[in-house]
Amino acid sequence: MTVTVTVTETVADAEVSASPAVNPRFVRRLMRRPLAVVCLAYLAILVLIAVVAPMLMPHVGTDRAGDLGTALHGPSAAHPLGVDSLGRDVLQRLLVGTRVTLVGVVEAMAVVLALGIPIGLVAGYVGGKIDRAITWLADLVLSLPAIILVIVVLSVFPQSVTAAMVTLGVLAAPGLVRVVRAATLPVREQLYVAAARVSGMSRTYIITRHVLPRVMGPIVVQASLLAAAALLVQTGLAFLSLIAAPPEPSWGGMVADGVGALFQQPWLIWPPGLAIALTVLAFGLLGDAVRDAGTEGWSAKSALPLGDKRRGAPKRASAVVPASTDDSLLSVRDLTVSYATPTGPIRAIDGVTFDIARGETVGVVGESGCGKTTTALAVIALLGGGGRIDSGHVLFDGRDLAALSESELQAVRGSEIGYVSQEPMVALDPAFRIGWQLAEAVRINTGMSRAKAKRRAVELLEQVQLPEPHLVARRYPHELSGGMAQRVVVARALAGEPKLLIADEPTTALDVTIQVEILDLMRTLQRDRGMAIMLVTHDLGVVADMCDRVVVMYAGQVAERAGVKELFGNPHHPYTRALLASNPHNQHSSAVLPTIPGAVPMPGSWPQGCHFQSRCAHATDQCGSGNIPLLQIGALHEARCLYAHQIEGA
Amino acid sequence: MNDETNLLEVRDLSVHFRRGHGSPVLRAVDQVSFSVAERETLGVVGESGSGKTTIGRAVLGLVSSADGQIEFAGEDITRADHKRRRALSRDLQVIFQDPYSSLNPTRTVAQTLGESLRAEKLATDEVRNRVITMLERVGLPATAADRYPSSFSGGQRQRIAIARALVAQPRLVICDEPVSALDLSVQAQVLNLLRELQDEFALGYLFVAHDLDVVRHLSHRIMVLYRGQIMEQGPADTVYTAPMHPYTRTLLEAAPVPDPVRQAERRLRRVRTGDNTGPVSAAGCPFATRCPHAAPLCRTERPALEQTPAGTTVACHRWRELSTAPTEVAAASTPSVR
Repeated sequence: MTVTVTVTETVADAEVSASPAVNPRFVRRLMRRPLAVVCLAYLAILVLIAVVAPMLMPHVGTDRAGDLGTALHGPSAAHPLGVDSLGRDVLQRLLVGTRVTLVGVVEAMAVVLALGIPIGLVAGYVGGKIDRAITWLADLVLSLPAIILVIVVLSVFPQSVTAAMVTLGVLAAPGLVRVVRAATLPVREQLYVAAARVSGMSRTYIITRHVLPRVMGPIVVQASLLAAAALLVQTGLAFLSLIAAPPEPSWGGMVADGVGALFQQPWLIWPPGLAIALTVLAFGLLGDAVRDAGTEGWSAKSALPLGDKRRGAPKRASAVVPASTDDSLLSVRDLTVSYATPTGPIRAIDGVTFDIARGETVGVVGESGCGKTTTALAVIALLGGGGRIDSGHVLFDGRDLAALSESELQAVRGSEIGYVSQEPMVALDPAFRIGWQLAEAVRINTGMSRAKAKRRAVELLEQVQLPEPHLVARRYPHELSGGMAQRVVVARALAGEPKLLIADEPTTALDVTIQVEILDLMRTLQRDRGMAIMLVTHDLGVVADMCDRVVVMYAGQVAERAGVKELFGNPHHPYTRALLASNPHNQHSSAVLPTIPGAVPMPGSWPQGCHFQSRCAHATDQCGSGNIPLLQIGALHEARCLYAHQIEGA
Repeated sequence: MNDETNLLEVRDLSVHFRRGHGSPVLRAVDQVSFSVAERETLGVVGESGSGKTTIGRAVLGLVSSADGQIEFAGEDITRADHKRRRALSRDLQVIFQDPYSSLNPTRTVAQTLGESLRAEKLATDEVRNRVITMLERVGLPATAADRYPSSFSGGQRQRIAIARALVAQPRLVICDEPVSALDLSVQAQVLNLLRELQDEFALGYLFVAHDLDVVRHLSHRIMVLYRGQIMEQGPADTVYTAPMHPYTRTLLEAAPVPDPVRQAERRLRRVRTGDNTGPVSAAGCPFATRCPHAAPLCRTERPALEQTPAGTTVACHRWRELSTAPTEVAAASTPSVR
């Protein structure tokens, strides 16, 4: 009995100090989950029964037999759950047997947690030789046959529940050690751990305050699984009469009794069987609920888009497609995109219109959250995460891409429109050689034979000016530098001889000297092939270097549209002007940089009227209502500002 | 500058990383010496693999140095133990690049900031007061204290990271790319804040960044690194307007300027220098494989840092002959558009 109490306390202590937020808020969050409440109530009743039942019914534990005349009777008023093979009341034995079952589980869990969590944390956080030694030892223990060892221990300590369950706990701990270690490794590399080390925090402090809360999720889930496993082992051992020998009641022993009388009275296996099944289920469900409630406090309000897999076809009939300007390769007209979220759709792009002529480079610039990447993805209909085109048209070479089916789009993507993303290493599959990946792209886009596609892949590598293209083709992505990898990605985008290349921050992840090379490469390819480029970037220097025309986006809308010299020399939208001014390049050092107060409003919290009004020095009451139109400034220059005409050029 | 006023004095620092058995050690930082004085910003620039971040981490004790000496306020802290580090944390702090991974998502802003004050063993009320004062100083409301990092934007998080670094009123702050993850308009706000705080608290900054414009704007002196070695060091404006080292010129020429007319001119004059990969011989100049001016001597003998008349130091065998040739960058940095 004393063992039980101390062990329970240990578990409770461990959870109190470990849980991310064992505070009233955590409890409240847990209690908001109906499933958690049901599981907790069930387990609480079990604990109560385990404590009280043996006290109220002391005779049950020692009764060798009851009224043998009623043996194997089914449920009745006198015996609600029937009578067992020796004439004893099943309900009473079930209740009294709860204690030995739960004590076993708690003992095993106490050992597993007490060993698994600290050892796993140390292995993961300290690393090096200690980690190797612990991992080696854990693997060794995991390779031991657990049940046989438990039985060996029971031969030394006959009928000892504690001995059996502690042994089980020791043997199961390495599983938890590995889970905790694996969860700790990435947390160790987090910068806030480095910041805590800079502040001179001790290892113990960092492990308990910074690492443990982050790894509690996996621990809780693993612990609930282990608790369920311990319950099954405990009842299994009792079933075999290795522990809790008759006449002591236990759930496993009762199942054994039921199995013995399976053909005379099949009912008898049901009460203990259900108790075992429900308890296993309760452990598992409670584990999930505790993990979710524990992380809910600090994780971002889940704005995860719902899995709306439908590609959003525009609601408007394609018949009213506006004619695109004659020399335009791409004409985006009134494009509106929204993302599905648990609280309803949120608009990310609001009526975007722009053109790209053949062989021209158009820059799409803006800060994060302005919708430039969403625009690029909408053009090739690759909006992930519940995004859909609500209305508008994407006219490409005479067709409306927004109205095409997925299979028709696949023919356009790659072969007519190429795409280069920001992170070259992520864009390449690490498992395949460069040459193979390129040849696949060529084959899919052109229908060439494998042998031809292979030769073409090497040609493409040569075109992006990689030295020794034959050797590069045989390498894997990790064998390339970032600059080489981005050349390969450009080569892949060129596989189908596209008329338009969409480059989304193609050089942001690269060093400046490598950026120069990639931009030069894109410029050369454009000149040689007459390819148009849509260049999405936040770098005004790259825009000045590459683009013919520029579209400035702000909070989902086009703020200003102009030729590149006009935009830099004569900006009319207050946002464009402020953005150019806040660039430190234009400033003398020691001067205070002009700033834009506040930050870009996120999709879903755009104001009425002008999206920039709250940060704008020129804003008036007029800016807060209605739709602000794009005003014509010059032949190819427009700005979405009521006062665009009053604002003079730089 | 004499040793009295120097907050940080680093001499011949080397940091080596082992890349598994058999392969040679990576000289991430190779015999680097520099100092940072009170109220001074030393900008550290270089591309990936230049060792700029590692230098900051070595000063903070996050990586151990293979050789050399790090002195803070006259005291050798090269091998300071964790007790010493805790005391040191009042004077030496850090702001990291990534405002997402640098704040523990499971701890409130007040808990995170309070950690920096643990070394001072203050009363709970006092900690809270200082935390809130500092949050307000960096432009956040007092109510931010009890919220979790997930409810703040990138720019606000970087303000929190700055508040954490400054709440203990340090004397030297290592800024490791503190604005690289921020948008232009927010970047300007944070740069201004860093400068104001420097004046207010007489801070020294070791400012590590890859954006040359940002570094120039904030730094008094600049150190240019390549493959762990110092290529050039000197007053910020001199290094920018009259770069002596071919690598410094390459870097400055590579960064596009936000002016289409000037950028088109610069592009025509640019010299190609190839990729920043491949092995570097321990003997010669690390930049020799890419340098357009490399001579045989550059591949066999490592150039020493030499003093130039402009007040900079440069590690190049040919800086004298090269400095007489007109430089494109110097011409292009005149403010007017030609």
